[in-house]
Parts: sequence; C-alpha cells; structure tokens
Amino acid sequence: MSVVTLNLGQCGNQVGQELLNVVSNDAFNAQKNCPGVQGKTYYACALDRFFREEQTGELAARAVLIDMEPKVINHAIATAAKSDMWKYGDGSYFCEKQGSGNNWAKGFCVHGPQHEEAVVELVRREVERCDRLAGILTMMSVAGGTGSGMGTYITQCLRDMYPHSFILNHLTWPYSTGEVIVQNYNSVLTLSHLYQLSDGMLVHENDTVHKICAQLMNIKHISFSDINKIIAHQLGSVLQPADVGGTQSDYSRNPVGDLMSSLACHAEYKLLSMSAIPHMSSSSLAYSSFTWPGLLKHLRQMLIANARMEEGIDWQVCVPPVRQGAERTREIKQLQFNTSLANLLILRGKDVSCADSGAFLHPGLYSSWLPPEAAFRTWSSLMPFNGYEKSATLISNSQSLLQPLNKMVGKAWNMFASRAYIHQYTRFGISEEDFLDSFTALEQVISSYTCL
Amino acid sequence: MTQSIIVQVGQCGNQVGCRFWDLALREHAHVNKKGIYDEALSNFFRNVDTRRSDGENSDITGGKIRSLKARAVLIDMEEGVVNEILQGPLRDVFDNTQLVTDVSGSGNNWAVGHRIYGPACQEQVVEKVRRAAEHCDSLQCFFLIHSMGGGTGSGLGSYVLRLLEDEFPEVYRIVTSVYPSAEDDVITSPYNSVLAMRELSERADCVLPVDNQSLVEIVNKIRYMSHQGKPGHVIKKDSTVISGQGGACGAEKPFDAMNNIVANLLLNLTSSARFDGSLNMDLNEIAMNLVPFPRLHYLVSSLTPLYTLADVSVPPRRLDQMFTDAFSRDHQLIRADPKHSLYLACALVVRGNVQVSDLRRNIERLKPSLPFVSWNQEGWKTSLCSVPPVGHTHSLLALANNTCVKPTFLELKDRFMKLYRKKAHLHHYLHVEGMEQGCFTEAISSLSSLIEEYSQLDATKRMLTPDVPRLTIAT
Repeated sequence: MSVVTLNLGQCGNQVGQELLNVVSNDAFNAQKNCPGVQGKTYYACALDRFFREEQTGELAARAVLIDMEPKVINHAIATAAKSDMWKYGDGSYFCEKQGSGNNWAKGFCVHGPQHEEAVVELVRREVERCDRLAGILTMMSVAGGTGSGMGTYITQCLRDMYPHSFILNHLTWPYSTGEVIVQNYNSVLTLSHLYQLSDGMLVHENDTVHKICAQLMNIKHISFSDINKIIAHQLGSVLQPADVGGTQSDYSRNPVGDLMSSLACHAEYKLLSMSAIPHMSSSSLAYSSFTWPGLLKHLRQMLIANARMEEGIDWQVCVPPVRQGAERTREIKQLQFNTSLANLLILRGKDVSCADSGAFLHPGLYSSWLPPEAAFRTWSSLMPFNGYEKSATLISNSQSLLQPLNKMVGKAWNMFASRAYIHQYTRFGISEEDFLDSFTALEQVISSYTCL
Repeated sequence: MTQSIIVQVGQCGNQVGCRFWDLALREHAHVNKKGIYDEALSNFFRNVDTRRSDGENSDITGGKIRSLKARAVLIDMEEGVVNEILQGPLRDVFDNTQLVTDVSGSGNNWAVGHRIYGPACQEQVVEKVRRAAEHCDSLQCFFLIHSMGGGTGSGLGSYVLRLLEDEFPEVYRIVTSVYPSAEDDVITSPYNSVLAMRELSERADCVLPVDNQSLVEIVNKIRYMSHQGKPGHVIKKDSTVISGQGGACGAEKPFDAMNNIVANLLLNLTSSARFDGSLNMDLNEIAMNLVPFPRLHYLVSSLTPLYTLADVSVPPRRLDQMFTDAFSRDHQLIRADPKHSLYLACALVVRGNVQVSDLRRNIERLKPSLPFVSWNQEGWKTSLCSVPPVGHTHSLLALANNTCVKPTFLELKDRFMKLYRKKAHLHHYLHVEGMEQGCFTEAISSLSSLIEEYSQLDATKRMLTPDVPRLTIAT
C-alpha cells in the first residue's frame, strides 16, 4: 500500500526530501546486500510505498511539495534529480513568490484558501495514482507561517476530501529559543487545530534532535541538514516495511493504518513521540556491536525516564507498583516516571527473532484503563536498516511531550496576556476568541495527559 | 524572489539613497564577477535593453547584464540634488520616468510639503511608483528614505507614505527617518518632525530612526581611529562602511560619510533578501517578529564593526566583540542606550563567515545583561547571510525594539512645546490651506501617547512578573 507525502513550508520540504532519501537508499541497499527473495520483497514493498514508476522507468516520489517561496522547493527538486535514484513527479509542486512571513494567520486565512484548489488537485492526482492508499503523511514545522498555517488549512481540506483515509501529521517543534519570536503562538494555533483533524501527530523537537547530533553523532557545527537527517532516519525506521504479525515474509500492508490502530486509541491522546537506538556517526559504527537485550534495556529506560537519547538516562527512575487513583499520580510526579498510553516497538536487523520485548509489557508502564497486551505492539524485520546491523525504534503515546507542550502554551499565554503581537493575526482574520479557543483546547490536552 | 522599491524624498533622502545605490552596485559587482543578471540583483535592479528604439525599455530576465536600472523613485521639490545625481556617475541607473521634481522647495515647512506639494504631485508620484511596481513580479517592500527636520522630506515624505498605503496596502512600508539634532539649523524642525511622526506612527510598518548627532559622532570616531596610526589600528581602505572610495562616486561630499552609514544600514537589512544564507530572514518577517504593538514600530539599529581594524584573521574573541559592540551606546544610530532600557524584541542580522553556533553562543552570553520584557524573554530573531559586506569578513546589524527611543521623542516633544507655547512661526503653517492648529495638537498628542506607551512598558522593567495564571480545565 502506498503513502502520499505532502511537504509544506521550508522545514517540511527539507525533512521530506531527507526521508525519501533514507527510504530509497535503504531499499536499494537491502536488495544489494540480501539477494534472496527476502531482499526483493522488502525492496519492492518499500519502493511501492513511497514511489511510483513512470513510463520512462524512472522512479517518481509519491510526494507533493508546497511552499510559498521557490528557493527550498527548487533546491529539493534539484537534489533529488542528482541522486540518480529517484526524482519528484513532474509538476507535483506548488510554490509562490512570497512567504507567509512567520505569520500563521497569513498562511491559514490567506494563502490556504487562495491556493486550496491547486494544492488539493495535486494531492488528488497523486492519490489516484496509488493502487491502494494507505494514508497521507503531511510534514511541516509548527513555528513558521507557511508550513504551520497553510499546512493546517490544507490538512483541513484533505480531511473533508478523504474522510475515511488516515492522515498522519509529522510535526517539527522549534528550538525553545528560536529563530521566530512568535513561534509559540504559531505552535499553539497549529496544534489546537490539528488536534481536531489529525489521526495522529508524530512529533520531533529540534532541541532533542540537536542534542543527538551533538552528543551521539559528534557533529561540531550542527546544521539544519544534520538535524533533518536524524529526523528522516527515525521516521524511515518506522515507515519501512516491517512485519506486524509474526511471520517474516508478510510485511504490513498498511503502515499508517497499523501505526494508528496501535497507538492512537483515544481521540483525546494523539501526540506521538519517537526515540531510536542506536545513533552514532558512521565512523564509529564500524567498530561497534550491539546485543538485543542491551538495546532493549536502554530503550525501555529511555521510555520510563523520558529520555530521548541513550546518553544521560536517569537509571534511578523505575516503574512504580501498580496502584489506583490520586495516590499514584502524586508518586509518579516525584519519580519523574513517564506513563504511557500505548507503545509501538519496531525492531530491525540480525537475529531479530531472539529479541525479547517482554519488559515493555509491564502493567505499571501503562494507564490503568488499557491492558498492556492492548497497549503494546511490536513490529520487526530481519533487514538491517540504514546501515545499522541492529536498531530499535519506539513510538510512544505517552506523557513525554507534556513538558515541552506545557512550556510552549505557558509562554504563548504570557504573551497573550499582554495582547502582544495579536494585531498581526487579527489583520488576517484570527481573532482573540480564536486564540482563546486554541488555548482552551490545548489546556484540555495537557490536563488529559497529566491525568494519564 | 521578491523585489523592493526605494522611494527617496527630499535632499537628505536623495543623498542617502544615492549612497545606497552606489554601495549596492559595488557589493553586487564584488560578488557577481561574471556580470550575470542574477536573482540577487533583481531584488533592487532591473536589467533593460536600452538599445530598443520603441521608448519603453523592456526587462530582460537572466543572461548578461545589459543596463541596470534602480527600482527607485526620486522625489524632491528642488532640482539641485537630483540634478547632481543625474549628472554624476550614477546617472545611468535612473531615468526620467523615475523622477518627480519641482523648482521652488518647501521652505522647511511641513505644511507646504504635505498640504501643497502632496496633492499637487499625487498623480505623478502614484504613476511613477506604479510604473516601478509593474516592473516587479512580486513586489514585497517599499523603503522610504527621508529626513524629519526639513519641509520636503518630512511633509511630502509623510504624504507619499500615505499614498503608498492607499495604493499598495499589501506591500510593506519600511521607513528610514533621519532625525534632526538638537543644534539643528532649521528652526522649525521640531514642528516638522512632530507633524511627520504622527503619520509615521499610523502608517509605517517599521521606522528606523537615525539621528544626525550620532552619525557625526560615529564618523568622528572613525576618523580619529584611522588617524591614530598605531600599528594594527589601520582602518581598511576599501571598507564600504566608512568610505565611498572605490565606488562609482569619486570625491567625497560633506555628508557622504554620514550618509554612508545609513546606506549601510539598508544594505545589511536587505542582505538576506538579496543573497543566500543558511538562515534567511524575509523582509516581511521583520515587522512580524519585532513589532508587538502596532504603533511601537520604531527600531533602534546598530552596526558593527564600525571601527574596523585591518586584521586578516578573525579570532573568535573579535567575533564575540562584534556582538558585544552591537549593544553598546556608541554603535547605535540614534543616541540611545538599549542596555539600560527595556527590550521588546531584538533581531540580529549577521553577514559573512559566522555559524549558527556562534550566534547561539553570543546570545546566551549577552542575554543576562539585557533586560527583556517579561512576556518576551526569548524575543530573538536571527538571520545568517553568507555574503559579507565588501572589505569585511563578517558584519552584524542589530535591530532593537527598545524603550530607549523614548528620550529622543521626549526631547523632540520639549523642543516642540518650547516653540508652540509662544506660537512661534505658527503663522507660516496656518497660512497653508487646510492647515489648522488642530493638526498641531493632534500631532503632539499622538507623540505624547506614544511616549506614554513606552513609559508603561518601561515601568514593568525589573519588576518580577509572575506567570499569568493559566486557564484551568475542569476534570
């Protein structure tokens, strides 16, 4: 089954391009390194997900690129063409000449409606080219204007157009002190609107990815391209073919649908965070070896101690005994224990059948109202991913995004109390009431996750 | 790629504008060695084929540079300065379709510029601006350059601002205003400035105030440094910041050095729109990020390095010094001390060989010493442009929305009141049709309320403002 990706704004287009890069490289390597049927199926399945074959025999991405300025899109198209492996479909992009100027309202109220028809048409064309549509993956940042504002509007259009298809939003959250002063406003508006529309929101925070680049990948001068590579790696490790049942040959036919059914089991809880292990620079990778018990032990501790990185994990945090009610909530706060609603573990690589993920089934990890068997799923694949002999990725619908979300809303609320910058939004049609509605919606989300 | 149009009004506006075009050409010539008309150039210049005989020059996109025309409209009610430009080395970048002139001047009277010349020139100005706009395929921004003290710049300049707003409501308006110094030779300059300020407060997206006194001090300090002659303290001869040497214009005129500084401000401000960089700042992001309240759009600017030393290598210490200097009093283009006032927001426009990590390190280093308003503790906007100014390895333009502009406005108000109480020179203004005393009271109360808005924000400084209680959700 195929996934149509929709890249919006500067960030969305850069991350989207990296993702397709990772996916195609990985698929080609799989075929090369594993000549049997296995490699072939993996290769065919991976490519069919994200690419279609054109009449000329070239691979074209099932992707639509949208931005309000041409620079980034031109760059993405040129880079893809240079890869010699795939390209973007002819005319499958839409761009204008002037950006949204960091203004969510401009993207949502002006550019969105203005270009709705053109954009929706591009998506429809791409969707009709899929034999079977698994879902739509939109990629954007929440901080700027085009990705966040127009992305939200387009998601709304797609929801109307495809009421029964899965829409997964990949969101990049900005650095806490960032390049955009009004980023917290833009984020609040994006998240609150998407919460009504999306089936699930997969979140990467620039701050945590930056740390991975600095401490695990040992990159001295971290650029946005380094950050996007890490995000693409993590996303790819989820979206590449994997077996959801038990037998290796039967790769999941709908990655987006299976992902949603495993993780987004309640309309109140849609925020999905990711962590992956291991991350290391290619130079040290050659000298490292990993064991499944070691990887899973780290990954589990990263989950319960809410660390997004294998370095600096707090090993003191442990799963609390299962208790009921208020008493439990208080204790959790003290221990900084991260309660999950649902988790999805994806294992890739050698001897994957020996990996024992039983430790993730501890009832103390989860909310009281969902049994661990329902809350935890494992996917696996024998194929090593992206050069890593063994790798594990965990997507978690848990409290881990609570703290950054809470900070974001808090800062935006402080600013809103002085009504600073509001005039920039009202002039394009976002009123104070709209802001209040958004704040209320997100406070509700915060409260729900806090009580998990 | 977007385009911008520069509208230069009055003697001062045209002189500053002239320096801008000279330096911009030089900068592009330095980067663009092959003489190709590229996107960077298209921002402020058209490429036309002047050999065509059918009158209207058509634009050429791409290819070799044929003949560059500035995207500019030159307006003055005297002919002197504009004629000088047209006879000077820059004559080829302008043509007659871009000029609006008259012969008699505004006599340092805002009312003459605004109420007489404004309506009289309206049609001409609109037509010429529209023609310039038609040559753009995505016009983003107008840059208005004028002075506040005289008659034409302040009176007609503020009238033109209104025209731009009416005719092009979607296009951003960034105004560079040169404020008179206290010892100004124009006696009515306080009237003119206050009357013009009302228009600026209502109609501009951003105003970059610059004052003559600071420019004089900066220029003097540069001269002093360059004549000191200590080894290692030699100012680079080819630096665009301090001199027009090497540009198209040969001999320096009296105000050239000062106007150069202002031209550099515009050059750096637009650098990110003209050249590539790892972190671009679009012009429409400036107001969005720096203007929290509609009237508080006066941005204090500072340029570094100003007192360039002829060092080839750039140790990180010197790079950090550039950031430190940007916040010091003697690098500001108006007399103001941002460090001891309150920041509402701050943008750092960096050019040259500087990394994101350098930027982050310096922000972290300087943040503790800079008071920011409680609701915008992280009010930084940054941009990185890979092309440095000619003769430099790196440069920084800091734009601060800071309450430190208040003293300048207070002083202006005092000088206005001194004249107004005695009704001095008032009759010159009231002669002009449609000019009533009400215009004066409205203008001064507009200024007073602006000052009051800054004072209220200033009062929150160093106050421990607790977080605003959040909305609570019934569970």
